[in-house]
Amino acid sequence: MSDIEQKDKPATQPEWVKDERTLTNSALPSEEQDWFCDARPRRVEKHWQVLENFMNWARAHSLWILAFGTGCGAIEMRPLVTARYDISRLGMQMRPTPRQASVFVIGGYVSLKTLKRIVRSYEQMQGPKFVVAVCSCAINGGMYWDSYNTIKRIDEYIPVDVYVTGCMPRPEAVLAGFNLLKKLIREGKAEGQNLYADKFDWYKANQKQVIKDWNMPDYNW
Amino acid sequence: MQELLDNLKELYALNGITLRNPSLAWAEVTPERLVGLLTQLRDAHGFTHLVLMTCVDWLEDGRFQVTYLLHNYTTRQDLGLHVYVGRTASELPSIHTLWEQGRVYQQELHEMFGIYFPGSPGLGEPMILESWDGPPPMRRDFDTRVYSEETYSHRQRTHHEPEQHMKDRLYPED
Repeated sequence: MSDIEQKDKPATQPEWVKDERTLTNSALPSEEQDWFCDARPRRVEKHWQVLENFMNWARAHSLWILAFGTGCGAIEMRPLVTARYDISRLGMQMRPTPRQASVFVIGGYVSLKTLKRIVRSYEQMQGPKFVVAVCSCAINGGMYWDSYNTIKRIDEYIPVDVYVTGCMPRPEAVLAGFNLLKKLIREGKAEGQNLYADKFDWYKANQKQVIKDWNMPDYNW
Repeated sequence: MQELLDNLKELYALNGITLRNPSLAWAEVTPERLVGLLTQLRDAHGFTHLVLMTCVDWLEDGRFQVTYLLHNYTTRQDLGLHVYVGRTASELPSIHTLWEQGRVYQQELHEMFGIYFPGSPGLGEPMILESWDGPPPMRRDFDTRVYSEETYSHRQRTHHEPEQHMKDRLYPED
């Protein structure tokens, strides 16, 4: 009997079968746990190289920024869309929701309260997605290096592709950062999304270590 | 202003009255008589505006100094009231019934200093310190640097002497 059962069982389980890798969303109330995704983020495999090169070229020319200012560096985003710097000519624009955006600009210091929103927004963004950390505070804490409520390095909580130093960086510096990001995308090196999928447990452990009242789903997709 | 404070001095046991200038005075009052004094100042003497409510931690004296700053729009006068309260199990009467915005100040003082205001709505809710389980951070015996080093991981810093750094980059052979 048991042999037959084992024979009938498919070699690879379909995705909806719950196993030990299924996310439990245990921080939510029991009636809400089913409302959210319980699958982990998956690695996006590459196509064959010629097609991948073409898609990277296309991705680099259409970067949509999530208009979410986490700190004072967000004020440097505004000049970028004015006539003087005009990021529209680079194929970039601000979008109001994470679902429509592909670039997340961490503009400045990240407090614990903001980190929750950052994690949630980042996970809700559709791939391919990239992160640019602007200002020293997002890189090493900056002037908040001894603050009780500020995250010192954002790259332990979400993957970062490009850093722009300065307190605050001028729009030219931010533009240079975006150009570097485009270069990385064209070379196929901006792999933050896959990194997040590969090291999901590590990122999640880091997030839950500092966010003590974790009341979100485990993966906000 | 002096006349007003002299009148109130007997009734509310004010002390430490100082007149900085004709339109600004400071006085100390005990926590028991605070609400009565504020009510009288607001209703009878025209101090209708609560400018701010703040706290100073006098760690050496072992007490908090809570300040209420009032403003009178008709006479353009400011009156500041100091209330002293101990640093352990600090408790002050809530003034959200007099000024509704006092609720926000009290929520903040509760979060940052741990002063308890009985009856103040929303007092236990976090204002900016979500997911906080440490002591109230604005107390002076709270060491923010130690807490930060214990709680968060810091990026390892490297330091370059500018002269040597540029020499190594530009003339690596020398």
